[in-house]
Amino acid sequence: MKPPPFSYHDPATVSDAVGLLSRLENAKLLAGGQSLMPMLNMRFVLPDHIIDLNKIKELFYLREANGALVVGAMTRQRDLEFSNDVKARYPLIQEAILNVGHRQTRNRGTVGGSLCHLDPSAEIPTVALALDATVTAAGPKGKRDIAFADFPADYMTPAIEPDEILTEIRFPAWPAGHGYGFVEFARRHGDFAIASAAALLEEDANGKIKRVSLTIGGVSKIPVRMRDVEKSLVGQTASEDVFRDACEECRKLEALADVHAPASYRQHLATVMSRRALMAAHNRVGGRA
Amino acid sequence: MRETRNITVTINGTRYEEEVEVRFTLADFMRQQLGLTGTHLGCEHGVCGACTILFDGLSARSCLMLAVQADGHEILTVEGIAPSPTELHPLQEAFRDNHGLQCGFCTPGMLTTLLEFLRDNPDPTEREVRVAISGNLCRCTGYQGIVDAALDAAQRLKPAKPAP
Repeated sequence: MKPPPFSYHDPATVSDAVGLLSRLENAKLLAGGQSLMPMLNMRFVLPDHIIDLNKIKELFYLREANGALVVGAMTRQRDLEFSNDVKARYPLIQEAILNVGHRQTRNRGTVGGSLCHLDPSAEIPTVALALDATVTAAGPKGKRDIAFADFPADYMTPAIEPDEILTEIRFPAWPAGHGYGFVEFARRHGDFAIASAAALLEEDANGKIKRVSLTIGGVSKIPVRMRDVEKSLVGQTASEDVFRDACEECRKLEALADVHAPASYRQHLATVMSRRALMAAHNRVGGRA
Repeated sequence: MRETRNITVTINGTRYEEEVEVRFTLADFMRQQLGLTGTHLGCEHGVCGACTILFDGLSARSCLMLAVQADGHEILTVEGIAPSPTELHPLQEAFRDNHGLQCGFCTPGMLTTLLEFLRDNPDPTEREVRVAISGNLCRCTGYQGIVDAALDAAQRLKPAKPAP
């Protein structure tokens, strides 16, 4: 298999890339290539121009600022995987990253690429929603911030303009001692998840839930934050039964159906994955596990 | 339309200066243009792991990269693992001795993947080995021989204990 013919561009700055993107017809951005390259090899996409972002040094960084993890869009997934800062203060991200493809794909795959590709079963968009992340997009008119909650517009469709490039993602930290859990159901380790859940949890000294975040991936056409479940859990004392009752709500999600699983099975998995993610989070509150 | 670029890339210590079609994958470039056919192509969309190489020391699917992206970089393929034409690397010896290969199709990707893994994790558990090769498909061995070989190689690669 061979990619179709295209013109290749490798700009060195974001402004050059934005210029190319607004000038060229039928252009595609190449980030880590772990989704676009298969699509090119199989000729699912036929771009006239490929704009390779791998030479744009200003998009590769990982740092903490103002209580958030600040990540350049071209930062490799492996850099999150092996970062001690991520492990210490954003453990949900680290746990999720280990489910992203395999070592060989995480070495190349980028954070921004995954967010923009927006596969419904992808882990990074799910944790971005769980952590209330914000993204920055650069376009001909300058930069603008977008709450990640508003970023998935539709199935594999990010809410950015055709001439905009994602440049940065900021993941706000949760307080030290928060519980976290990322679980997913896939046929084999590293496969696309049929359903996944990301949970974050804070409890008071008596075990009452102070704050909770629950997000389901892989079930609907975009990741879904379960606000109703979160509301019903705040103030309750965490336990498996409480989580089981609350997570029954996830069965109402509008679910995808494909060769791997019918919608009803995904809905069922949504209730199970969310309960397991919340239990994992509960068991880790205050560094318990 | 046949757009090309000149690239310089170091593969297994040898410097190559080549004109390459921009749409060529790195795997096709190495196999068809340079004759380095040790890197195998199975699925050509990033699933089977047979084309795994080390790109600047990190494992990557060479079917999911363009040859132009290798300009100025260093690559290690299966051809560059052995220390000399007459000797095997300890990892290769362990594969030979533990039935770590049968038809040999997945072997280039298994070896490059495990080379990186054992470098970063010299004393792995069986579970860790299985996760490490989860991105490489083998249809012959049932994986057990490969897991045994990886664990054996970890022992062989350990520095000899200093004499008491």
